Amino acid sequence: MNSNVAALNKLQTLIVIGNGMVGHHCVEQLIEKGALEHYHIHVFSEEPMRAYDRVHLSEYFTGRDAESLALGDAALYQTPGVTLHLGVPVLEIERATRHVVTAQGGIAYDKLILATGSYPFVPPVEGAEGNSRLVYRTLEDLDAIRAAAANARRGVVVGGGLLGLEAANALKSLGLEAHVVEFAPRLMPVQLDDMGGLALKAQIERLGVGVHLSRATQSISAGDEYRYRMNFANDEFLETDLIVFSAGIRAQDALARQCALEIGPRGGAVIDNHCLSSDPHIYAIGECASWNGSLFGLVAPGYQMARNVAAQLCNEVAEPFMGADMSTKLKLLGVDVGSIGDAQGSTPGSRSFQFVDEASASYRRLVVSACGKYVIGAVLVGDNSYYDTLLQYAQNAIALPAEPAGLILPTSEGAPTLGPGALPESATICSCHNVTKGSICSAIDGGCTDLGLLKSQTKACTGCGGCAGLLKQVFEHELIARGVSVDKSLCEHFAYTRQELYALVRVEGVISFDELLAKHGRGHIGCDICKPAVGSILASCWNQPIMDASLVPLQDTNDTFMANMQKNGTYSVVPRIPGGEITADKLIAIGVVAKKYDLYTKITGGQRIDLFGAQLHELPDIWAELIEAGFETGHAYGKSTRTVKSCVGSTWCRYGVQDSVQMALNLEDRYKGLRSPHKLKFAVSGCTRECAEAQSKDVGVIATEKGWNLYIAGNGGMRPRHAELFATDLDDDTLIRYIDRFLMFYIRTADKLQRTSVWRESLEGGLDYLKDVIIHDSLGLGAELESQMQLVVDRYECEWANALQDPEKLKRFRTFVNDKRPDPDIHFVQERGQRRPIMAAELNLIPVTEETV
Amino acid sequence: MSQFNTQRVQALDTWQTVCGQQDLVSNSGVVVWLDGAQVALFYLPGAEGKTLYAIDNHDPQSGANVIGRGLVGSIKGDLVVASPIYKQHFRLEDGSCLEYPQQRLRVWPVRLNGDAVEVGVY
Repeated sequence: MNSNVAALNKLQTLIVIGNGMVGHHCVEQLIEKGALEHYHIHVFSEEPMRAYDRVHLSEYFTGRDAESLALGDAALYQTPGVTLHLGVPVLEIERATRHVVTAQGGIAYDKLILATGSYPFVPPVEGAEGNSRLVYRTLEDLDAIRAAAANARRGVVVGGGLLGLEAANALKSLGLEAHVVEFAPRLMPVQLDDMGGLALKAQIERLGVGVHLSRATQSISAGDEYRYRMNFANDEFLETDLIVFSAGIRAQDALARQCALEIGPRGGAVIDNHCLSSDPHIYAIGECASWNGSLFGLVAPGYQMARNVAAQLCNEVAEPFMGADMSTKLKLLGVDVGSIGDAQGSTPGSRSFQFVDEASASYRRLVVSACGKYVIGAVLVGDNSYYDTLLQYAQNAIALPAEPAGLILPTSEGAPTLGPGALPESATICSCHNVTKGSICSAIDGGCTDLGLLKSQTKACTGCGGCAGLLKQVFEHELIARGVSVDKSLCEHFAYTRQELYALVRVEGVISFDELLAKHGRGHIGCDICKPAVGSILASCWNQPIMDASLVPLQDTNDTFMANMQKNGTYSVVPRIPGGEITADKLIAIGVVAKKYDLYTKITGGQRIDLFGAQLHELPDIWAELIEAGFETGHAYGKSTRTVKSCVGSTWCRYGVQDSVQMALNLEDRYKGLRSPHKLKFAVSGCTRECAEAQSKDVGVIATEKGWNLYIAGNGGMRPRHAELFATDLDDDTLIRYIDRFLMFYIRTADKLQRTSVWRESLEGGLDYLKDVIIHDSLGLGAELESQMQLVVDRYECEWANALQDPEKLKRFRTFVNDKRPDPDIHFVQERGQRRPIMAAELNLIPVTEETV
Repeated sequence: MSQFNTQRVQALDTWQTVCGQQDLVSNSGVVVWLDGAQVALFYLPGAEGKTLYAIDNHDPQSGANVIGRGLVGSIKGDLVVASPIYKQHFRLEDGSCLEYPQQRLRVWPVRLNGDAVEVGVY
C-alpha cells in the first residue's frame, strides 16, 4: 500500500496537445508501453470530438457517421491516469515555468508532446469568403460543405493534389457537378510525373469531373448563372455555387511560434532524430514537425514519430526517426493512383520504363537505379495491382528480374507478383503500424492462425488498410509453410472436402458409400455429416433410386422416408405440380386423399399443395393413391430440384411475350430428381413484369421479345439475394444448355449445404469467370457437364413409385414393426376446420382414456 | 455394489422376443412396441463387436417418438444416433447424450437368438 502511494507521488505530468490521428496513436502507444506507471497523461483537443480517421473523411458523405469514423475504442480515454479535454484549445505554452494555459486555467507539465497537425492553406484571393472559401479538413468543415451544397448545382475545388481530388469526390457524392482548378500544369504535382498527371486527368474527366490546369484564381466575384465567378488570367472564368480550397497544408505551428521554439524553413517545429524540439522537454510529431527541413503530410510517418516518442518516454530503445517513405496508393474518385519513392526520376543516372494505354487511360512508370539493379520509384495510374510488388522491390532493395519492364506490363494473368516467400523478414508489410513480415511470422509461431486475430495482435492492416491483400498472402503463405492448413475435412471419417469427394466419386466411378469409405475414409460406419453428403454426391452423379439398400442408410431424415418430418414426428407430403399447373381432376384427387387421411392442407410458396400430419405407416398408402391419380414425388424433402414457379404467360396474359408455363414444364421435367449440395428453386416469367419472381431463384428465366433472359444464383430465405443477369435473348436450346452447365458446375464445385448464391459469391473471378466457364467454355468442360446432366435426366424415376414396387423397401414404413397400432402419443386438435398438432400446454386437456388405444 | 449387480442379474430374467431378424434394416433403425414402451432397434452388421442396440424411441428434446428414424454413425469411437428433429447425438451403448448431459435415453439389453430379436426385460 505504502509503495503504491509512493509511486503515485512520483507520477509526472505528460501533456499531449492535439487529438488527431497521430496524437491519438501516440497516446495508444504510450498506454500500451506502460507510460501510466510514470505519467499522468492530459490530452487537449480543440475539436469537440475525439480522434477520427481523416484518411477516409470523404466517406462521411457516403453514409459513415462521425462515430464510425472515430479511431480506436472510446474506453481508451476512460483509462485511469488519462484525461481527455475535448474542445479545450491550449492558448499558450510557458516554457520557463513549464506549464500550458487554457481558457480553464494553467496546468504544469514535465513533458509535452506537440501533435497539432496542420491546417489548410488558403491563398489570399480577393472576394473569397463564406461559401466561396470553404476548406476540407475536419468534420466541422464537412458539415459546412454539406450545408453549402444544399442549394447548389456546381462545386469547385481549388487544388489538384491528393486532398483536392478527395474533396472533389466529396462534392460529387453530394450530387454536385464537380470541377478541379489546379495552379500547376498537372494533377498531383508532388506524386506524379507529366504522363501520369495526363492519364489521371483523362480518367477523372471521363467520370464527369471538370479539370482546369495552369489556372490561378485571381479574384472571386458574383456570378451570372451560378452564385460565384472565379476569375483567372486572360479574362477566363468559371462560375460555381461553392468553392473548396485544398491548395496544400501548412504545419499548425502557432503554439511553437508563440513559445519561440525553433521553426523550420517551411514552417513546423524543428525536430531531431528523436523528435525532440529545440526545448528538451518538448517533442513534436506528425504534420506540425519539421525534420531535416521536410514536413510529412501522410499518416505513416506521423505514426512512426508517435511510436518513437512513446518508446523514449517509456525508457525503451527507440529507433531514431530518419525520414520517411512517402510512397502512397489511393483510390481517388474511384481511380487507382500509386506513387513510390522517386516517382519523377530525379535521381541522377536513374532510368525509366513507361507503359501507356491510351484506350483505358492507364499509365505506369518504373524508375530504376543507375546500376539498373533496383527499383527506386514508380508511378501508377489506373491499376494499383502492381503497387504491392513494386513497393517491396523498392523498400527491400530486391534485385530486379532480367526484364524489369515486365513488372509494369499487362499480362493475361494480371499483375506480376513477388511471392510472399521472396520477401525478407525485414520487409514492411504494414507501413502505418510498421509491421514487418518477421513480426507476422512470430505472431503465427505464437499460435495465431486466424487473420482477424493476427490483425488485432499485430495491428497490421488497421491503419489505412492498403496492405490487406499483401497481409493475407503473407499470412496464408506462412501458414502453409508451417504445415498449418485450415482443416477442410468433411468430418472425422473423410479428410477431404465435399468437392474432392465428388471428384473421387466421378473419376473412380464409386457407386456406394462403403466403397468410398473403404478406399478413402476411416472406420466402417460414417456419421450424420458424411453419410448424407456422400449420399447426395452419389445421387448427383449416378441418380440411382435412393431407396436402394446400400443408399437407404445414407439418407438424411427426410430423404429416408421421402417426406418432410414435422415437429411431432408426423410427415408432410408434397406431390409434384409442375409449373403450378393442375387439372380439376388432380385437385379433386388431392382433396380426396387429404380428406381420407385427415391431412392439414396448405398451398406452398412454390405453387404446390402440402399435406400435413401423415404417420409413417400411412405414407405408402397415401402415395399409392397419389400415384394412381397421376402424381409423382415432389422432392420437397431433398436437397434437390424443388419447383419451377411460373406465371400464366402469353397463353392468357395480355402482357406475356412467351409461353412461360410451357418453359416451366420443360425445365421441371428436365431437372426433377436432380440432387445437389442444397435445394434448387426455379421460376419462369412470361414478361418483364416478373410475376413469377424469377429474380429470387437459383435459376430464373424471364421472357423477352426475342427469347429468354437467364438469371442465376438468387435466393429468398434468411439472407435474400437477387439473382444476377447471366445471358440475354437465348433460344430454348441455348437456355437449357446453359442451365445444364451451370447446375452441373455448381454441383461439382460447391461445398456441402452451400446454396448457389453463397457459392457464386465465393467464386474467385465472380460472375465474369462463371460466364467464361459456362458461355465461352473456357475450361473446356461444357460437353462433359452436359452429358453428366443428361445421364441424371435419363435415369430419372419417381422414387415413390420405385419404392412401392418393392416390399423390402416398404419394410421401414412401419411405426412399429411388431404392432399395427399408430403412435399413441400423437394428438391433434381442430383449428379453422382442420387438425393441427397439439401443443405441450394443451396436452393435459386430453382425457386419459383417449390415450390408450 | 455386489448387491446391486445381483439384483440386476436377478431382475433381468426374461428375454422377450420382439420381432424377427428380417424386420431389421441394416445400418438403420426400426421401432418395436414393448408393453407400452417404444424401443428403437439399430442393426449394424458391419460394426466391430456388438451389432444390435436397443434404445428409447422418445426424443426428450422434441417430445416426439422419432429416435428410431435417426441416422446412425460413429463419433470419436462411439456409435451414436442423431435425433432427426434437432440432431443431438445419443450413444447407442448407454443412451447418454453428447451435447446435453441431462438428456439420457433408456437402453435395453438386446440379442439375436437364431432369427429372433430378443430384448431383455427387467
